[in-house]
Amino acid sequence: MSDPRPASRPLPPVAIVIGVLFFFGLLGLMIYGVMKSGAPDRDILPSALIGKPAPAFALPVLHDPSITVNSSELRGAPYVLNVWGSWCAACREEHPILTRFAETKRVRVIGYNWKDEPTDALRWLEQLGNPFVLVLTDIEGRTAIDWGITAAPETFLVDASGVVRWKYSGALSQRVIETQLIPELEKLERDHAKPRATPAE
Amino acid sequence: MRNRVLRLRSESGTASRTTDRRALPVWVLAFALMVPVLTLAQAVSDPTPLQYRDAAEEARFHALAAELRCVQCQNQSLADSNAQIAHDLRREVLTLMQQGRTDAQIKQFLVDRYGEFVLYRPVMDTRNSVLWFGPVALVLGGAGVLAWVVRRRSRQVQPMGDSEERW
Repeated sequence: MSDPRPASRPLPPVAIVIGVLFFFGLLGLMIYGVMKSGAPDRDILPSALIGKPAPAFALPVLHDPSITVNSSELRGAPYVLNVWGSWCAACREEHPILTRFAETKRVRVIGYNWKDEPTDALRWLEQLGNPFVLVLTDIEGRTAIDWGITAAPETFLVDASGVVRWKYSGALSQRVIETQLIPELEKLERDHAKPRATPAE
Repeated sequence: MRNRVLRLRSESGTASRTTDRRALPVWVLAFALMVPVLTLAQAVSDPTPLQYRDAAEEARFHALAAELRCVQCQNQSLADSNAQIAHDLRREVLTLMQQGRTDAQIKQFLVDRYGEFVLYRPVMDTRNSVLWFGPVALVLGGAGVLAWVVRRRSRQVQPMGDSEERW
């Protein structure tokens, strides 16, 4: 109490500025949170595989189960892997949009028939049309765990060296294809066109 | 649509067996229970229950499954969830256990595939240290500000004293 300095009257301006900034910071965070809570994809988890090599797998082909495709056989060019099942209602919704994209033939679109009866799957493709260059089947769903698949539909983009570059959970829309998938694909095409300065990973 | 189907069927039911009227509601109920199975294609899933080797393994499995979050219905644990993927993951977890993996290895297996989200108790690392220490830092910061304000006020008691005496 023997402080020789006289007590200042109001709060110093610095303290007020900090207080106000802090308040608006919290307010901003709150508004951000409220806005985010309305987003339809707020429950979607980022894939743990982005930037990592796609899991190694060996899966039979839907149209001829005697043929097994190895993950290494798909290297060399990027591919889009679309997880679907004939039991999945959203896949049916997504189908025309995916077909339109696949028909551009910009990239191989591979189907991943998940936990489905092959006869149901074949009938589904017959009814709606088959947009896939190749359909792999995972009846048991064991390989799907390696891919971190939680629900159908899900779509992955894997690059030429087998690294997962992008994933979308839920039905693809034209908007998602244009704003996310195609830009990612363009990135891959640019990287591929460039002469390799660094050795591939 | 289901109601219409039901009505159609129940009408044909009454036509064919007009004698036993009491049996009809039971029959309709049985049919109503069958309808969802008939109309919705189901994902393939192994209906056999999980086979535990002994009670200790079962207890360990339940403890571990309660620590893991269902990746689809995100507010349920893997033990509680009835989602398709939760069934598959429970089976996978039990298989890994029976292969002799430790709880930590099984958790890491799932984190590698589904991200840290699957853990109800995430491990502390540099990325989430703000979440761990942020609240403590805020409380300490608040206490610091409070102490500073109180100290400032206490210095102002002298001039305030006069005015207060007037009341």
